[in-house]
Amino acid sequence: MALLEVKDIHTYYGNIHALKGVSFEVDTGEIIALIGSNGAGKTTTLRTISGLMEPREGAVYYDGDDISNTRADLLVSRGISMVPEGRGVFAKLTVEENLDMGAYVRRDGDIKEDFKSAYSLFPRLEERKKQFAGTLSGGEQQMLAIARALMSKPRLLLLDEPSMGLAPVLVDGVFDTVQRIANEGVTILLVEQNAHMALQIADRGYVLQSGEVAISDTASNLQQNETVQKTYLGID
Amino acid sequence: MSIFKWKTDEFSWVDFTIDVLRVLIVLGVVVGAWNTLSSGRISFAQWVNLFAAGLSQGSIYALIALGYTLVYGILLMINFAHGEVFMAGAFSTVFLAEALNRTGFLNEQPLLAILLMILFAGLVSMTVAILLERVAYRPLRGSPRLVPLITAIGASFFLQYTFRGLYGSGFKAYPQVKILQGVISIGDINIPIVQIFVFCSALILMLGLYWLVERTRIGKAMRAVSENKEVARLMGIDIDWVIMFTFGVGGFLAGSAGVINGMFRPQGVNFFMGFIPGIKAFTAAVLGGIGNIPGAMLGGLFLGVIEAIGPNLVLAGLGIPGANQLKDVIAFTMLVLVLIFRPQGILGERLSEQKA
Repeated sequence: MALLEVKDIHTYYGNIHALKGVSFEVDTGEIIALIGSNGAGKTTTLRTISGLMEPREGAVYYDGDDISNTRADLLVSRGISMVPEGRGVFAKLTVEENLDMGAYVRRDGDIKEDFKSAYSLFPRLEERKKQFAGTLSGGEQQMLAIARALMSKPRLLLLDEPSMGLAPVLVDGVFDTVQRIANEGVTILLVEQNAHMALQIADRGYVLQSGEVAISDTASNLQQNETVQKTYLGID
Repeated sequence: MSIFKWKTDEFSWVDFTIDVLRVLIVLGVVVGAWNTLSSGRISFAQWVNLFAAGLSQGSIYALIALGYTLVYGILLMINFAHGEVFMAGAFSTVFLAEALNRTGFLNEQPLLAILLMILFAGLVSMTVAILLERVAYRPLRGSPRLVPLITAIGASFFLQYTFRGLYGSGFKAYPQVKILQGVISIGDINIPIVQIFVFCSALILMLGLYWLVERTRIGKAMRAVSENKEVARLMGIDIDWVIMFTFGVGGFLAGSAGVINGMFRPQGVNFFMGFIPGIKAFTAAVLGGIGNIPGAMLGGLFLGVIEAIGPNLVLAGLGIPGANQLKDVIAFTMLVLVLIFRPQGILGERLSEQKA
């Protein structure tokens, strides 16, 4: 059984029909890439899964349960964690406090170990733990956003454009990190405009086009797919 | 660069008028202060006394102002019924105070009795503030900002007349606590003990709030929600609960302020007593920078001191009769001046930097 099953969801912004029947599955341990151009519905899909938005039709199943109408804050304790678009670090909280907020739902006491593993994943954050997150560089903020999302010990990590706005030298690092997190056993659903990088680490991928899934295949097949090459990989 | 805006930019009557106003104010303050100080009408010791009284009054304003600022910080909304939250605690606790006085407990164990009263008033006001949020404001969240503002004014009347219905319309007074009477004299300077009590208890409450907001997890969650509600939800924070908690904390501080105020000015307890302290505290919050916690504390103390010293220093020096009765004029003039010259307040950030 799939860990996450998205079944024919229709999501609206007011009267704007953003998702027109999106369906896909994510199995435990996979890295799934959702690619597509601006406005294709990638972010809306993640927001619908994470509970920030509700689908008007269709359903989202997580671990076999219908979570379509479950509030975002309740899904965190069930193991879904999201790194929002634009990172969303709390600028006026310190790095340490941001991480502590990531562990907000944890009731199992000892989160010291998790601080340690966050800092060993990103040593830069430990150097800056007393600094306000707003003073970090874009790359450091992305590290913080990812580390913070891991503090809730998620089973499913949703990543919205983790490479956006980062210098090219940093992009490789971000994807390396995502790969390492997946190796630890966290299932990953990755939304990216940088299809090239996303498909390199993903197992399977879905191409979204104006609110619908246009193509779905394994990542290696998608890399060979002519349409994908032309439209998203910039290969003629 | 000129400090006068109309000389640097294109000429505009508005900027010109504001600059003229600015010059007149500075002139008025300087001339008034000079006249008063050179006349030697008020001695140094008297100035110190005025300052101490202002500081006490100001710390009460600060406690109430914190409620405005906490709520604004998290919801970008002015809870104009907050003065009534203060009244609810102060009015309800006067009966407890009378009872404690009758049994003699109030003067046998004064500190314990006052602590009990503060807790009681805090809980009453907290309950009122939480109900207010739950019943009057939460259903309107997400509506245009004018809507909760009007609701707040309606809620304010509702609370006033509810408490009139509960306790009647007569004036009540807090009983005197013996150990708070008397003065401490250092040379010519006489400071009433009650003023020291007011200042210290307000200080303790404010330190408590600081600890709560800076050090505890719920405090961090309050700051996180005030910065970005959506991301806060993605952390698993139940933002409705955090907002309710914030109203509760503001209410507790207002209720405690009600009792502390009752020790400082025992008279005048009735259903309407929240109005003036409410708008004064609002002024203090704006003065310090609304949404800014240290700003509300500073703004409250500053307003209290200005109110105590301003009339004697400036207005009396300008030959205005009955200057001491004009402290409300000073307070609200300060509000207008801040809104004209520094809308973001003393410690506030520019509003444009915040997401509106």
